[in-house]
Amino acid sequence: MQRRTFLGLLGAGGLSAVLGKTARAAGTKHFEGFPGSSGVLFDATRCIGCRRCEAGCNQVNNLPPPPQPFDDLSVLDKKRRTNAGTYTVVNRYDHLAGAPGPVFRKNQCQHCLEPACASACFVNAFTKTPQGGVIWDGSVCVGCRYCMIACPFDIPTFEYDQVLTPRIMKCTMCNPQITQGLLKVPGCVGACPVEALVYGKRTDLINIARARVRDFPNRYLNHIYGEHEMGGTSWLYLSGVPFKDIGMREDLGVTPAPELTSGALAAVPLVAGLWPVLLLGIYAVNKRKDQVADEERKEAVASTLARAKAEAKEALDKVLAKADADTKKAIEKEVKKALEEAAKAAAEEGE
Amino acid sequence: MSMDVSTDKKTLLTPFNVVVGVILFLGLIVTFLRFTKGLAGVTNLSDNNPWGIWISFDLLCGVALAAGGYTTSAACYVFGLKRYHSAVRPAILTAFLGYALVVLALHYDVGRPWRLPYPIFVQSGTTSVLFEVGLCVFLYLVTLFIEWVPAAFEWLGVRKPRDVIVRMTLALTIFGVVLSTMHQSSLGALYLIAPSKLHPLWYSAYLPVFFFVSSIAAGLSMVIFEGTLSHRYLHHKMDATYQGEHDGVVLGFAKGAAVVLVGYFAIKVVGLALDNNWKYLFTGYGAWYLVELLGFVLLPAILYAVAVREENRCLIKWAAILTVLGIVLNRFNVSLVAFNWQLPAADRYFPSWMEIALSLFIVTVGILIFRFVSTYMPIFYEDERFKEHAPLDLHEHPVKPHPQGFGH
Repeated sequence: MQRRTFLGLLGAGGLSAVLGKTARAAGTKHFEGFPGSSGVLFDATRCIGCRRCEAGCNQVNNLPPPPQPFDDLSVLDKKRRTNAGTYTVVNRYDHLAGAPGPVFRKNQCQHCLEPACASACFVNAFTKTPQGGVIWDGSVCVGCRYCMIACPFDIPTFEYDQVLTPRIMKCTMCNPQITQGLLKVPGCVGACPVEALVYGKRTDLINIARARVRDFPNRYLNHIYGEHEMGGTSWLYLSGVPFKDIGMREDLGVTPAPELTSGALAAVPLVAGLWPVLLLGIYAVNKRKDQVADEERKEAVASTLARAKAEAKEALDKVLAKADADTKKAIEKEVKKALEEAAKAAAEEGE
Repeated sequence: MSMDVSTDKKTLLTPFNVVVGVILFLGLIVTFLRFTKGLAGVTNLSDNNPWGIWISFDLLCGVALAAGGYTTSAACYVFGLKRYHSAVRPAILTAFLGYALVVLALHYDVGRPWRLPYPIFVQSGTTSVLFEVGLCVFLYLVTLFIEWVPAAFEWLGVRKPRDVIVRMTLALTIFGVVLSTMHQSSLGALYLIAPSKLHPLWYSAYLPVFFFVSSIAAGLSMVIFEGTLSHRYLHHKMDATYQGEHDGVVLGFAKGAAVVLVGYFAIKVVGLALDNNWKYLFTGYGAWYLVELLGFVLLPAILYAVAVREENRCLIKWAAILTVLGIVLNRFNVSLVAFNWQLPAADRYFPSWMEIALSLFIVTVGILIFRFVSTYMPIFYEDERFKEHAPLDLHEHPVKPHPQGFGH
C-alpha cells in the first residue's frame, strides 16, 4: 500500500519532472525570441486593403478557393476573422478620428515568442521554430481545441466539418515553404504591392519601425504593437490610429502566456508531495485517538470491575465476620447453657 | 429524473420508461450524426467558441458533481468519521460512473477521440494545464474503478481479490484525494491562460482554489441530494446499517457543507478585493455575479447552517439542491456566460438542441447504470457473506475500530 502511493506519486508528479520541459524558453529571464529569428512588420498607414496578401496566402498554402474572389472588395464591408480555409484576413475600419480615409489591418497568427497555443497544448503539437514561425503537428493533435481557448489573438481555427481528421488551421509564416526553399518570403509578404509588409529579422524590423516612427512622428503612434504584447510576437504592427480602433486588443499586457499557468502547475508537485503526509497525519491522529479511547474504556472497565470486586469482598468479609461473631456468640451461649445445665445437674445430684 | 423500479412488470409504458426511451433514442441519433457529419453537423461550436456545453456541463460540472467520491471516502477513512461508512459505496459508485461518463462525453467533443490516450502515452505536453487534468482524470478513473470493484467481487462471490483491494483502502483513498485536489483545481486553472477572454469578475489567480473548494461543497451536497433520491427509489435495497446511519450522514455532511460554503464565500470576496473588481459589481455582469455569489453560495450556506441547528432534513435537502445548482451555474459562468464576454452578441455561443440532447443522454445512461448496479450489487447494503462485523455492534460501540482493513 505504501508502494502504491509511491508509484501513484511517481505517475502524477514524477512524470512531468522526468519528461518536463520548462514552460518558458529561458527560465526566469525574459525570453526575447530565438536569436536571428524572422518576423513581419505590418504598416497600417501603407495598407490599401487590396486583399492580394489573402490571395498570396491562399495560393502558397493550397487553401480552398474563397467564397468570393479576392478582387471583390465588398467583403471588406463586414469584419472577418481567420477560419479553417483562411489563414489571413484584411479588415477595413471607417471614419476613424485622425485618419483621412479608411484604415486597413491585416490579421493572422502573431507568432508569439512564447506562444499560448504551444504552452496550452497537452500533446505538444505546436512548435515555436527557431526561424520564428509557430507550426502545428497534425500527427498528434487530439482536436481538443484548448489552443483556441488559450490564444489571446483568436487565431487557431478548427475544421468542424471534418469527421475523421479535423485539423487546426493557422498561419505558419510559411515556415515549411521557406525552410524547404520553395519561398524566400511568406506568401502574403511577396504579394503585397505597396510594401505594407516587410519580412526580415525581428531585431531589424524593430529598428526599421523605430526609424519610421522617429522620421515621421506625425504619421505614426509611438508604439510598436507586438514588441512587448503577450511577451512579444514575431509579427509587429505600426499604425497612425490607436490599435484598439483597428480591432487590436490593447489590454493584453506583456506577460507571456506560459507564465499565466506556471504558478498553478508549480503547485501540483507540492500537492502530490504534501497531501499524503498531511492526510496520513490526520489518519494517524484519528487512529491514535481511537486507540486511546479504547484503552481508556478498557481501563475504566477494569478499574470498575476491581472496585466492584473489592466492595463485594468487603461486604462478604463483613458478613463472614458477622457470621463468625454470631457463631461464636451462639457457641458461647451454648457453652454457657451447657455449663449452666451441668451446674444445675450437679446441684440436683448434690441434693 | 425519476427512478421508479417498483412498478408492476405488466406495462413498460411508465412515464419513466417513456422519458428515458425518448432521451436514449435522441442520444443515439445525435451519436450517429456526430460521427458521420462531424462536430459541425450537431453543435453550434465555432472558431470563436471552441468549447460548448459538452465541456461546460459534461466535463466541468460532471467532475465537480462527482466529487462526492473523494469527500466521502476521505471523511470516513482518513478523518475517522466511521459512521459515514455506509455512505461510501454509493458515493464511490456515483463518482466512478461520473468520471467514466465524463470520459465518454469527451469522445464526442474532441476531434479525434481515438487519440485521447496520446497525451499520456504518445507525446506529453507537460506545460499544459489540460495535460494535468487528463493525467489526473485518467489515474483517478482507474483508482475509482479499483475502489468500486470489491462490490462487483462480492456480487460474484469472489473473496480473494476483493480482500486484497479492501486492504488497500487507505492508500487508494489518499491517492484519490491527492488526484482530486489536483484535477478539480486544474479545471479552474484551465482558464488562467485566457485573462483577456474571461470577465474580470470570474477571472482570478485563485480560480484553481475556487474550483477545488467549491468541488468539496458540491461533493457533500451531491451525497445528500442523491441520498434523498435513493431513499425514494431504492429504499428496498437498503439495509439497517445504511438506514440507521443515513440521518447522521445527512446532518454531518450538511454541517460540513455549511462550513465549506462559508469558506468559499470568503475566498471569493478576497479574490474580488485582491483584483479590486468592486467597480464591475455595478454592471450587468456584476448583477449576475451577485446572483451567483449571494443566491447560490451565501444563501445555501445560511440555509445549511439553520437547517443543521434545527435538524430540519427537508431544508437540508433544499440547501443541497441550491448548492448543486450553484456549482453548475458557476461552471457555466466561467466557461460560457463570462467567457468571450467582449464579443458582439452575434458571435456568442448558444447550444444546439442536439448538444443538449446528448448531455441529457449521458446523464440518463449514468442513472440507468447506477440503478442497475445498485439493484444487483451490494451498494446500499452489506453482503452477508462479506460482513466483518454485525451491524448492531456498530451502533452499540460507534468508536469500535474495524478489525482489519478499512472498507467493505
